[in-house]
Amino acid sequence: MHNKTLAQISQDLQAGEYSSVEVTQHFLDRIKNLDGQYNSFITVTDEKALIQAKAADALRAAGNANEWTGVPMAHKDIFCTEGVRTSCGSKMLDKFIAPYDSTVADNFNQVGAVSLGKTNMDEFAMGSSSESSFYGAVKNPWNEEHVPGGSSGGSAAAVAARLAPGITATDTGGSIRQPAAFCGVTGIKPTYGRVSRFGMISYASSLDQGGPIARTAEDAAMMLNVMAGFDKKDSTSIERDVPDYRANLNNSMQGMTIGLPKEYFSADLDPVMAQTIQDAIKEYEKMGATLKEISLPNTNLCVPAYYVIAPSECSANLSRMDGVRFGHRCEDPKNIEDLYKRSRSEGFGDEVQRRIMLGSYALSAGFYDAYYKKAQQVRRLIKNDFVAAFNDVDVIMSPVAPSPAFKFGEKSKDPVSMYLEDIYTLATNLAGLPGMSVPAGMINDLPVGLQLIGNYFDESRLLNCAHQFQTATDWHTKTPTGLK
Amino acid sequence: MEWEVVIGLEIHAQLATKSKIFSGSSTQYGADANTQANIYDLGLPGVLPVFNEEALRMAVKFGLAIDAEIGMKSVFDRKNYFYPDSPKGYQITQLHEPIVGMGHIDIDLGEGNTRRINVTRAHLEEDAGKSVHEGFNGQSGIDLNRCGTPLIEIVSEPELRTSKEASAYFRKMQSIVMYLGICDGNLSQGSMRCDCNVSLRPKGQEELGTRTEIKNVNSFKNVERAIEVEIERQMDILEDGGSITQETRLFDADKNETRSMRSKEVANDYRYFPDPDLLPVIIDEEYVAAVRATLPELPEQKKARFEAEHGLSSYNAGVLSASREMADYFEVAAEIAGDYKIAANWVMGDLSAALNKNEISITDIPVSAQQLGAILKNVKGNDISNDGAKEVFNAIWQGKGSDVDQLIDQLGLKQVSDTSAIEAVVAQVLADSPKLVEAYLNTPEDKRAKAIGPFIGAARKAAKGVNPQVVMEVLKQKLNELT
Repeated sequence: MHNKTLAQISQDLQAGEYSSVEVTQHFLDRIKNLDGQYNSFITVTDEKALIQAKAADALRAAGNANEWTGVPMAHKDIFCTEGVRTSCGSKMLDKFIAPYDSTVADNFNQVGAVSLGKTNMDEFAMGSSSESSFYGAVKNPWNEEHVPGGSSGGSAAAVAARLAPGITATDTGGSIRQPAAFCGVTGIKPTYGRVSRFGMISYASSLDQGGPIARTAEDAAMMLNVMAGFDKKDSTSIERDVPDYRANLNNSMQGMTIGLPKEYFSADLDPVMAQTIQDAIKEYEKMGATLKEISLPNTNLCVPAYYVIAPSECSANLSRMDGVRFGHRCEDPKNIEDLYKRSRSEGFGDEVQRRIMLGSYALSAGFYDAYYKKAQQVRRLIKNDFVAAFNDVDVIMSPVAPSPAFKFGEKSKDPVSMYLEDIYTLATNLAGLPGMSVPAGMINDLPVGLQLIGNYFDESRLLNCAHQFQTATDWHTKTPTGLK
Repeated sequence: MEWEVVIGLEIHAQLATKSKIFSGSSTQYGADANTQANIYDLGLPGVLPVFNEEALRMAVKFGLAIDAEIGMKSVFDRKNYFYPDSPKGYQITQLHEPIVGMGHIDIDLGEGNTRRINVTRAHLEEDAGKSVHEGFNGQSGIDLNRCGTPLIEIVSEPELRTSKEASAYFRKMQSIVMYLGICDGNLSQGSMRCDCNVSLRPKGQEELGTRTEIKNVNSFKNVERAIEVEIERQMDILEDGGSITQETRLFDADKNETRSMRSKEVANDYRYFPDPDLLPVIIDEEYVAAVRATLPELPEQKKARFEAEHGLSSYNAGVLSASREMADYFEVAAEIAGDYKIAANWVMGDLSAALNKNEISITDIPVSAQQLGAILKNVKGNDISNDGAKEVFNAIWQGKGSDVDQLIDQLGLKQVSDTSAIEAVVAQVLADSPKLVEAYLNTPEDKRAKAIGPFIGAARKAAKGVNPQVVMEVLKQKLNELT
């Protein structure tokens, strides 16, 4: 049952093959039996899930079901869920029970989906390896000595381990695409403003975007149908009709132009990775697409611009974690300043503190123009690169990451090498474009992801491209070796 | 050395929106602690601000009222600092691109003198909550009801030169925001608060001296007092050859002194940057025109109209137009009375005195404008005397009745103005007082005006309710006939 996709489970439920309670219980059992190995969940909401499943079965019996009624899924622990701990992977919020639902969680509740629990992540979504969680590192189901990527490592690992068929995630600099690539699953980061950020704990407000991680493009489309849409509770959400993302999955690749940025395929790219990605792109040629080399001249500025903007925004976003109204508070504070200092020093991990300090520095008087303002100007240049490129091509393709999943500890001691993990994914966040990761090969028995970058609001095309690739190849059906 | 005083004011005015600037909570004053704080006001993880467009409309209205440039694009910034009553760890404000740019107002300096003061800018921002230090066993409580109440911070150019000008400016701003209906102007509840920037420089010097900022002064009188003691303090230091430290100070009204508020050597670095959760606010000419169409007649315009249409003196027109409620009351009463001057004298005289004595505002007055109008109509028609008018006014105030004509009858205040009746009374008085008549006739012409007094008194004694003016005329005529 757990090898079925979301779409298949949805069909089976509608056909009465099994009940929501049965499939929900099946996944809960799997989580209970297997997640000790992966640590992909922070919180499992068994009771709530079974209540939701029973209600879904009753709804179906009454003839009021839709395609989502009773379908199990889960949320990254960055989305607030009413009455359930929402920790963001941090000691700071270990005891924070959200008193409200994020719009994304509410949307899934509204369609009758069943939430199994909350998945593990890098603390406050800062990281590319899911090693920085207060709840311990997440293991990659393909090889437990390797990281699952981050920050949505729990979501990607849990989908890869068949602990849930689809899980929400967020992407600020690659946090959906890179873990999806490392775990051999499919993920899409939509256009900035497509999915409401209300109730999604902010890391870097102008870059954060929610999206799904699932096993297939079709499942990702099904989830995005629920997640996307204008929300008046999020001022940066965009008022624009949401298409049915499943409607165009079968469109032909004939006549499509694929842009290959020369900066992404430079001599620095590992030749094995380059070959794997090129092999994948050949599939598109076979399907009738044409390739075109393009240039994104400001690519080398992405990492520095990102590591000014994201820490700057996070330095303010995380200020509310002050030990006064919620979250971790130190013992016996001497005065208010002591309360702030110790609560935050104890509540935040090293990487979070590093980024808060980076951002505070970049925003401080006398440095603002040289850092934050300059980075915003660079951001405009990066955006312009893409706008120009999309005059000539329909979709851009590249690797998701420089290498497959690395080993634990390999990069966590060296922040800069960790930051370079995101070198191919950051640009889409800076430009606000949609990006996707599709399983596209293996290197040393570890999955490799192909990145698809689309024009603004062109999620349908990305999902169409990914689905066609998954029709022609079987990388997305591969199961981690030894998985029970 | 001769010093020049330089004063600039920053006035915070709470906008009278129903809900907060970035959340749906009520802005009502005086509710139980934290009952008007929702998940946004508490700054819970994941919540996002949504701008209340009513606050925008009010800010634009203010901008138009002070003839200012309107920011067609304005941007919200985060001002970062930790304080327990600032739940997000930053305040949302507008730094570089405010909604209202350079404008000006004319302040009233008495005796018809006005002075134009430029207003640098006015920007939108959110108010903070309140820390409560009493009643928590040495700990502090936090009340977030006020947190997120919309404010406009109105910044003047450093053009004010005296404490009197400063309070006149503050008064005028209060009058404007109340006229516009965008702020209740209540100083004691903190709806308007004033920070005073004060510095001194040698007369004739262009460069500004080092300033201090006196925070949160909450009355017109205290603005004057705080500035005066601060000027003295600075002058003492400068005369002794010392220098002023740029700092924030507090005014202690009980001790009549300002004192340093800052506990730290290092100035706060607020690390301002544009709030990425909010889009820039873009408005167009059409929007501005629509707001302009809702502007009421402003004090300036009303004053000019009172002078031109009703022939009031500049001073009277200024006083009567200072508050919209007072002006409206005056106009209704004057219209009914059919005489704007009588009404002006009344509203500024007896009515204002009664308000002061009873410590109530014009909005709570027990005598309606219609009632006063009816009273003054009788004065105008010589049907009652001015003293009679006061009696009726007081009777209504004390709840002894509400119908003016009925009260005049009941109190027997109707004046006799019929000349033939008065002639009879006067003839009787003259007949009864031959000695007085003789004395009068022996008085030289130029002193006779004074000598006529006793006859009037006697006439009024003889017949209650005679109109003294008519008595005077008849007397003069009769006495002249005797000479």
